[in-house]
Amino acid sequence: MSGDNEETQTAGETSADQREVPDKVVNPEKSEEAKLKSKYPNLGNKPGGSDLLRKRLQKGQKYFDSGDYNMAKAKIKNKQLPTAAPEKTEITGDHIPTLQDLPQRKPSLVASKLAG
Amino acid sequence: MAGPGGDMQWCFSQVKGAIDDDVAEADIISTVEFNHTGELLATGDKGGRVVIFQQEIENKNQPQFRSEYNVYSTFQSHEPEFDYLKSLEIEEKINKIRWLPQKNAAQFLLSTNDKTIKLWKISERDKRPEGYNLKEEDGRYKDPNTITGLRVPVLIPMDLMVEASPRRVFANAHTYHINSISVNSDDETYLSADDLRINLWNLEITDRSFNIVDIKPANMEELTEVITAAEFHPLQCNTFVYSSSKGTIRLCDMRASALCDKHSKLFEEPEDPSNRSFFSEIISSISDVKFSHNGRYMMTRDYLSVKIWDLNMENRPVETYQVHEYLRSKLCSLYENDCIFDKFECCWNGDDSVVMTGSYNNFFRMFDRGQRRDMTLEASRENSKPMQVLKPRKVCAGGKRKKDEISVDSLDFNKKILHTAWHPQDNIIAVATTNNLYIFQDKVN
Repeated sequence: MSGDNEETQTAGETSADQREVPDKVVNPEKSEEAKLKSKYPNLGNKPGGSDLLRKRLQKGQKYFDSGDYNMAKAKIKNKQLPTAAPEKTEITGDHIPTLQDLPQRKPSLVASKLAG
Repeated sequence: MAGPGGDMQWCFSQVKGAIDDDVAEADIISTVEFNHTGELLATGDKGGRVVIFQQEIENKNQPQFRSEYNVYSTFQSHEPEFDYLKSLEIEEKINKIRWLPQKNAAQFLLSTNDKTIKLWKISERDKRPEGYNLKEEDGRYKDPNTITGLRVPVLIPMDLMVEASPRRVFANAHTYHINSISVNSDDETYLSADDLRINLWNLEITDRSFNIVDIKPANMEELTEVITAAEFHPLQCNTFVYSSSKGTIRLCDMRASALCDKHSKLFEEPEDPSNRSFFSEIISSISDVKFSHNGRYMMTRDYLSVKIWDLNMENRPVETYQVHEYLRSKLCSLYENDCIFDKFECCWNGDDSVVMTGSYNNFFRMFDRGQRRDMTLEASRENSKPMQVLKPRKVCAGGKRKKDEISVDSLDFNKKILHTAWHPQDNIIAVATTNNLYIFQDKVN
């Protein structure tokens, strides 16, 4: 196989590689983390915790419930209705879908283009 | 396997799917799998459809033979359903397809969406009966009074018809979303895994299954990890593994107890705590686990790397290959656009000497374990002239970009190769881009 020789590491070298990075070069992951925290200061400290996992467990298409929607509208008379927040810690189920959030209707079932 | 020089030269063979850039969601390919002989290649898509291609070997005696894969059968495996209790739609997307070893003339495969697994029988019909006593040729029943004689219907040849029929439906056994199915080497059972549980089924029995792993905590607030993939050992029918979102793999022995919550082996690479960041756990989440064909090793795929584990050594992998290390300094934006949660799969070649996995920009990577070499190739329409040799690609992480290199910032993160498959015996690979299936083969020297 032709190709450049890249870092194929054997056992024991994985963490050593990071230690070899000179001190003045910041760990790229940590600098990325700093970037993220500056954009979203409300981000919790435990990303792998229950919030993220529970969001994963509940993945599925949001369904519009007119009852929920009208109740929410009635409660929050002056404020804006909650829209799909860019918040990564949001838990599905707490969020009431609005008309803008709903995905478009699926088209009818047709044959796969791979078979065409 | 490899040519005399040990170098593989990959050539374009075929591409399946529409050319247009406007991709319908239903056409997104969600799984690719060769059968045990490599003669059949199945794909599943987001629209719940399965397309099976069959290899037609032309002139195998010639030094440079082209094996073409043509459509053999296509059917709607799963349809969208609605869970009325939770007001949630159940996607028809095919998460996994697994073939059963062939036992008779028909072929069998298991296909699954988030909630239901189905066993499909694919059979050929090339004869039809003619000369019924009670029916006309068009199917209408004859007036019994007109029948004067008795004859034996004969079977006459007809154009090949391939029929797919659902033989078993394994439903209502998963509260959470099914991510894996794996057929056991005992030819009788298979497992299905969702985020928190793994069930064992008998292929004949649909109304019950055994729960063999349950990691659901009593209090959901205490949830710290989920199951991401599971697979049976290829040779030992009592052994299976499952991977987690925390980067660990557990090997379980079904002989030990009925409920395999206690693992026999725990594979985990120690992490330097000073290097830990917000992203550490997310990128350590294992998206795929695959045993080697010989059953001695297993391979795991996490966001940035591929690791090979010796089943006899739990404390660290024996080999680690960086797939796209240059993305480590882009994790912030990859988190924002959700790409950090992409689930890449990986696969072994027939003799376990090379492993392959996908990346972004329609790039895919191969790592030759023996030769300690790796290669980056691209699946694109620009390189799709018949038998065109694929040129290796190189990504420039920073600094001066050489000619022919592509810079990290120019990579298209919407063009992801999540699913790849390697023919069980030959150097033929199937690579799925978003909505196209590419077939490449090694140029026979």
